[in-house]
Amino acid sequence: MQETSANNKPILEMRDVTKAFPGVVALKDVSFECKPGEVHALVGENGAGKSTLMKILTGAYKADEGTVFLHGEKVAFEHPQQAQRAGISIIYQEFNLLPDRSVSQNIYLGREPRGKIFIDEQRMVLQTEQLLNELEVKIEPRTKVGELGVAQQQSVEIAKALSLEADIIVMDEPTAPLSLYEVESLLALVRRLQEKGITIIYITHRLEEVFHIADRVTVLKDGTLVNTAPVSEYTSDELVHHMVGREFDHYFPEKADPENIGDVILEVRHLDAGKELHDISFNIRKGEVVGFAGLEGSGRTQLARVIFGADHFYKGEIRLNGQSMRFRSPVEAIRAGFGFISEDRKKEGLILGLPLKPNVSLPSLDSRQFLGFIKRQEEQEVVEEISESIDIRAASKRQEVQFLSGGNQQKVVLAKWLATNAKMLIFDEPTRGIDVGAKASIHQLIRDLATQGVGVMMISSELPEIIGMSDRVIVMHEGRVEAELNSDQMTEKDIMLAATGTTQDNGVLTGE
Amino acid sequence: MSTISGTSRNFFSQVQEIFNRIPNMGVYGVLVLIFVGCLIFVPNFGSPENVRNLGQHSVALGLVAIGQTFVIIAASLDLSVGVSISAMAVLASLMMDGRTSMMLPTVLMVIGFGTFVGLINGLIIAKLRVNPFIATLGTWLILQGFLFSRFDNFAGGVPREFEYLGYGQIGPVPVGVIMFFLVAAGGQLLLSKTRFGYHLFGIGGNQQVSRLSGVRTARTMIIAHVLCGLGAALTAVFIVSRLRAGAPWVGETYTLDSIAAVVVGGAPLSGGIGSITGTVAGVLIFSILNNIFNILNIGAFAQLVIRGIILISVVAFYSFRLRK
Repeated sequence: MQETSANNKPILEMRDVTKAFPGVVALKDVSFECKPGEVHALVGENGAGKSTLMKILTGAYKADEGTVFLHGEKVAFEHPQQAQRAGISIIYQEFNLLPDRSVSQNIYLGREPRGKIFIDEQRMVLQTEQLLNELEVKIEPRTKVGELGVAQQQSVEIAKALSLEADIIVMDEPTAPLSLYEVESLLALVRRLQEKGITIIYITHRLEEVFHIADRVTVLKDGTLVNTAPVSEYTSDELVHHMVGREFDHYFPEKADPENIGDVILEVRHLDAGKELHDISFNIRKGEVVGFAGLEGSGRTQLARVIFGADHFYKGEIRLNGQSMRFRSPVEAIRAGFGFISEDRKKEGLILGLPLKPNVSLPSLDSRQFLGFIKRQEEQEVVEEISESIDIRAASKRQEVQFLSGGNQQKVVLAKWLATNAKMLIFDEPTRGIDVGAKASIHQLIRDLATQGVGVMMISSELPEIIGMSDRVIVMHEGRVEAELNSDQMTEKDIMLAATGTTQDNGVLTGE
Repeated sequence: MSTISGTSRNFFSQVQEIFNRIPNMGVYGVLVLIFVGCLIFVPNFGSPENVRNLGQHSVALGLVAIGQTFVIIAASLDLSVGVSISAMAVLASLMMDGRTSMMLPTVLMVIGFGTFVGLINGLIIAKLRVNPFIATLGTWLILQGFLFSRFDNFAGGVPREFEYLGYGQIGPVPVGVIMFFLVAAGGQLLLSKTRFGYHLFGIGGNQQVSRLSGVRTARTMIIAHVLCGLGAALTAVFIVSRLRAGAPWVGETYTLDSIAAVVVGGAPLSGGIGSITGTVAGVLIFSILNNIFNILNIGAFAQLVIRGIILISVVAFYSFRLRK
């Protein structure tokens, strides 16, 4: 069994894979290969194409061009289940588990061992126990999955992959939801899988993990392959450089004139919330755009939700224009002048089945009603004025927003908050997944709002956007403010190092 | 760490396991509470006569509620059971028309009718992807139209021998109660021990996950609806025996009552959770209420109000528990 890992013939090879989505080329001529029994890290910024590549591998997407070889044979999976049968299991960040069913029921869903008529539950539990013992994970097979913590649920997913006799397991940012201690045990578990001869494709943002666990690393950037090399040939500086070095794809609007930056509009002091946010302090002034950089899961969205009253905080203080605020719900935040452009416009930003007008006017109905009746004339005028001013292109007024392009959808979300005349706007990934043209106009819009005196908090995982737009950058790491950088201090490298928590030390997992 | 064996499990995990294996502790708590309360405060509640009565009055609702449990676990529901029970009761009563020789063909016919309606519901929901509420509302209206265009009162009648099902006893236990018990036991086995049962919980919990795990989601959904139709058919057979004839309104109340019983039994309409044992407890709770309403002579409108309050508070209690 151990002999196979000495064999250098690739177990998996993807050649010249190209995939385009409307308006964006997600992958261009990317080649990728894995040797049997290796841990192969796949790194790159958000949008670099890692997930797309893996979705093509497992058949969730179909490649426009390129071929995939598994054990030297050409394959083209059309459904993730086919890939699963061929020995490729993928563990997504969002687990595919039924919370109300037990661990063993989840692992054997669709493949339950049967006696003559009934399910052989005894055997199922026993086999589950064996799997979990093999992984040295302590979980009772009869426990409901919903009662387990995130790390344990992840172990259940891994056990499920093991039970499917996977010889390739893809892990998509497995440590993102885990605490530091849990990360260590996950890494140990990955090593145990490797000892069994299983090949691991390990997608991550966290460089320290790459150096800890991976044999080789492949770097993707903007949908193209940068390099594949043994980890030992890299230093963390070089890896960061490979991940982020690039040319800007468009020009950003001019930054704020220091003279136009006014009083503090939002002040956050020593804020603690949930398990995630610790001792957060910062302020935002009128007229400036403050960028929030960090990895996914660093707590930025959580922070935005707390400020907006969608989640609660325990300790600390939030002040708007000097007045202490404690919102019990978003309604109160909106009344106080906040607006929140959430990162998931389809789930949290838009009512997809409704047309433009009701979507736009929803948060501002309060101010445009009399005894509960909407002032339709006024509503009509406001919506028309805004959609014209930010150039929303809809085929007709009745068209449901789900049929608009991503860029236009995002403009509709913006229009909602413009209609409320908000004083403080929080943007969460304002240009995710939209084309370059719409990106530029949304950037211009954000800048115009700031110039008009609106406070802007802009969360973004795209470094060019952070650097191009922000007058100041706050970098978060594991729920804390790791660094605050002024416009002359912000380089991609410094932000990335702070975001991965490698400001003080180099590359090793530490408690801080 | 790797020395986990069957014998070395500690006491705590054993206790936990026992609790895990008994589902719906909550609803049985409520049931026991109500039962004990009634024993103390309601005169004659505990007499053998009344307990037998109680059992007998649980059968009709119980059978259809067992069927309803399957579809609700699958995150579906069936609004057509009530009118379908009425239709089958009339059908049975007319077909037998007092003739002993027609008993078996009639029962088979009714079962065929019930499963057919279930099959149609299942096909509409799983294949045409019509929302279950709308799909079964549609079949309800269609059946209602046919039924009311032809009948407006009791029609036909059952032979004396057929009344055994509704009135007979084996020892001290009514035949209907035995039938209810057997159907419930069968249903619980089906749910907890068979692949169908496992897949049912799967599609109710997360259709996408189940599909990706190789569960045939459409087929599972259709079977659930067929079983629901079968439950309705059994209820029809039982009540026609009790009433000695069928009329086009006799099933009316069973639609919403069966859904209420299942939900009180711990199966939320969002699917993925539920059990026959829970449903049986839900049915018993409503039967006990009916029973004491009669004993205490409470007016019909007040009964509705009390039942509504109980329904809402039990479900609010579940959802409160889920939040924690």
